[in-house]
Amino acid sequence: MLTILFDGVAYGMLLFVLSVGLCVTLGLMNFINLAHGAFAMAGGYLTVVMMNWYGISFYWCLPAAFIVSAVLGVFLERTLYSRLYDKTHLDQVLFSIGLIFVATAAVDYVMGASQQIINLPAHLNGRFEFLGASIGVYRLFVIVICGLLTVALQFVIGRTRFGSRLRASVDDGRVARGLGIDVTFIFALTFAFGSGLAGLGGALGASILSMDPTFPLKYMIYFLIVIAVGGTTTITGPFFASILLGVADVAGKYFVPSIGGFIIYSIMVLVLIFKPEGLFARSTKR
Amino acid sequence: MTTVLETRVLRKAFGGITATNDVSFTLPAGARHALIGPNGAGKTTFVNLLSGVLLPTSGSIFLNGEDVTEWSVRKRSRAGLARTFQINQLFADLTPLQTIMIAINERENAARSWFRSFGARKDLVGEAVELIESLNLADVIHNRVGSLAYGKQRLLEIAIALAAKPSVLLLDEPAAGVPESERDQILNVVAALPASVSLVLIEHDMDLVFRFAKTISVLVNGALFVEGSAEEIARDPRVRQVYLGEEVINHG
Amino acid sequence: MSVASATDMSAAAAGPASLRLMSAARWRWYEFLFWGIAVACGLSTLAPALGFTVPVIPTKLMLMSEILILGLLALSIDLTLGYAGLVTLGQGAFFGIGAYTAGLMAKYGAGVAPLSDPLLGLLGAGLAAGVVGFATSFLVLRGSDLTRLMVTLGVALIVEELVNKLKDITGGTDGLQGVMSSSVLGIWDFDLYGYTAFWYALGITFLCFWFCRRLVNSPFGYSLRAIKGNALRARAIGMPVNARLIQVYTLSAFIAGVAGGLLAQTTQFASPDMVAFHRSADSLLMVIFGGAGHLYGGLIGAAIFRVMQDFLSNITPQYWLFWVGIVLILLVLFVRNGVIGLMMAASQKYIAKVPPKSGALK
Repeated sequence: MLTILFDGVAYGMLLFVLSVGLCVTLGLMNFINLAHGAFAMAGGYLTVVMMNWYGISFYWCLPAAFIVSAVLGVFLERTLYSRLYDKTHLDQVLFSIGLIFVATAAVDYVMGASQQIINLPAHLNGRFEFLGASIGVYRLFVIVICGLLTVALQFVIGRTRFGSRLRASVDDGRVARGLGIDVTFIFALTFAFGSGLAGLGGALGASILSMDPTFPLKYMIYFLIVIAVGGTTTITGPFFASILLGVADVAGKYFVPSIGGFIIYSIMVLVLIFKPEGLFARSTKR
Repeated sequence: MTTVLETRVLRKAFGGITATNDVSFTLPAGARHALIGPNGAGKTTFVNLLSGVLLPTSGSIFLNGEDVTEWSVRKRSRAGLARTFQINQLFADLTPLQTIMIAINERENAARSWFRSFGARKDLVGEAVELIESLNLADVIHNRVGSLAYGKQRLLEIAIALAAKPSVLLLDEPAAGVPESERDQILNVVAALPASVSLVLIEHDMDLVFRFAKTISVLVNGALFVEGSAEEIARDPRVRQVYLGEEVINHG
Repeated sequence: MSVASATDMSAAAAGPASLRLMSAARWRWYEFLFWGIAVACGLSTLAPALGFTVPVIPTKLMLMSEILILGLLALSIDLTLGYAGLVTLGQGAFFGIGAYTAGLMAKYGAGVAPLSDPLLGLLGAGLAAGVVGFATSFLVLRGSDLTRLMVTLGVALIVEELVNKLKDITGGTDGLQGVMSSSVLGIWDFDLYGYTAFWYALGITFLCFWFCRRLVNSPFGYSLRAIKGNALRARAIGMPVNARLIQVYTLSAFIAGVAGGLLAQTTQFASPDMVAFHRSADSLLMVIFGGAGHLYGGLIGAAIFRVMQDFLSNITPQYWLFWVGIVLILLVLFVRNGVIGLMMAASQKYIAKVPPKSGALK
């Protein structure tokens, strides 16, 4: 029982790191980047390549995944995404589905369609008993890393000058512009950082989540649920939403495997119906 | 004189800000009434409350004696309350004729039909053409609305409201942003509105207000500041102070 | 000018104005050409019997039927997206519900004559999808486009899960085997080569198309355009916006269900693939490829999409997604309104060079 809770929390933490960038960019620019998962996939596959092909340590892979995904993110943001901010949500969705297709096919072409497996360092494997729960060392590692990241994020957003500018931009982009805040720059930076976090999440999750070319599509729905439940105006919302989703998903698969994804899809639809304001409070007011 | 539109202690609060503060207001039939006030006085909020775009925090609204406080925009519109918007709300991809036909079809309950051709009812098309001609839009009747000059769009904004044959018409700054050269057209149209339509004109422009309005209400900080005939308001020193005060702030 | 004379003048102007409004609904030459080509494709299959050889087409009869069916599905999306402005990423749900309904009716109705009748099957497919469409239409009334995309996607995913889990009824991942419809109108049996299937699909697709064409040129259709153009204004002129959206969404679900039923009947099979996410995404892409808001966009888009898929899959199986993605990105960035948009831009350039005889028409 506690084991499931623990695994669920670890999974939820991972989901948070994967999706937080999407939540912030959505809140900031009202731009829906369904291809967010592609950056996570980039991080995951980079880890696979570095470890399995070149034998580089797992610990080097994590920062590398962050940096490469962030650079990729800022490159795409400046070249492609920035052209789409004033277009409709439909255009943005189509565009990002197009990106998903390209990424999926490209990865399939280079790496093959099968799921990639990495061998974690030996000391991260194994389990131990604690208070009657069987704790996976790696999952504990994930929780610690993601927890530290969350605290750091909270600090950056809550306490720093950049954070206050970011919050002002999310609250009201026009007013923020009027106050002389360079929203475009903030956005590019946030986009890069969010993509980087996704990449890092992909690297961390390479051994837990199944890393194959359909990854962006498969996890798109999870990201959307996090947004739906958590909203886009804070980062604590997505955080709790991720934990909730992680626990619900793990528990659902454990206790009622026959129902499968049914639970989480229903949760999403129900939340969207009954609490759409928890979703996009600012865009529902027409 | 009968009252067509009335509000009783109407209040609207957005969080801590009270945009409409206990406004009790009556509009007699056939009125030519202007609602004025400095920037941020809550004029547009008040119109949004009257037309149902916003729902009030408290208080009530009566249209032709009926309590319409909880009614939707659509229901109020069908009961004879039409409005224009300060920012054009038009169908950019249609033509003026199509736009007016859609409004007339809706009024005549002809828009539910799935199989009739759009424009098959000549009587309604005739009415639409007449309305469009009377508003000086005949030359652009088949043009795409999105491509019309701003002044023409403002005229169409009024035309759509008139197509519903309203008993009460709320004009939210009809001439706002219209270039000087096209302004007169709009002023003439407003002046020529039939007496059967009771008119509330929300305006910032004092020339326009004193040209048409017989009675005036001044709104300040969401509350009704003073009401009276146009002459009384023009002479009222307090009103002057409100506007002069604003000027000082604007320039300071 | 007296009031009376003004009225007379407008009465005189009402005639031309009315004709002008109705001219949008007139059948144009290129529409006859379009459906003529579709019929010619079918007729060309008779050529070998008459001693001619027409390359490519006869062997592609099943592909052509599928194009028609996917076109019908795309048409149903165009109705909501192109006219009412409702975005949806879950049309596959209705398609799949239609497919399984028609499939089950044909499978279990085999002994009971009227149940396996294909036309009745389509009606059942449409009704089943329409009921679900009506029930879920309330979910798309509120919120932004993004909320709608997510809700429709969520509904489609739930339907997909249901199909996979209700193994006893749907056959699970193996699909529904043994779908055997009786003959169309009691005359034409479904043959191995797909002759009946093609003409049947063409007939039904055209019928639905004709219906939609009437609909979008009716006062109802124009009220949808008004909602798409500006919902706030539509409400302010007294339009029951929500009721209109519910109607069109339900109708669109009905048509998608008919399309699904057609696919199940003509391929004699229903599988979870027919409700999968890629159905919803693909059909939306077809509308975007072709151009939304013209009814033909979905049909053209389906043809291009399916032919491209057939062609590219032969060269690089499974990587054709890459090219779909590239085309999609380019379309969003550079082209408005897909293929139809391109053609209209081209024809406008042509008209600008050569002034037409009747200057009144666009």
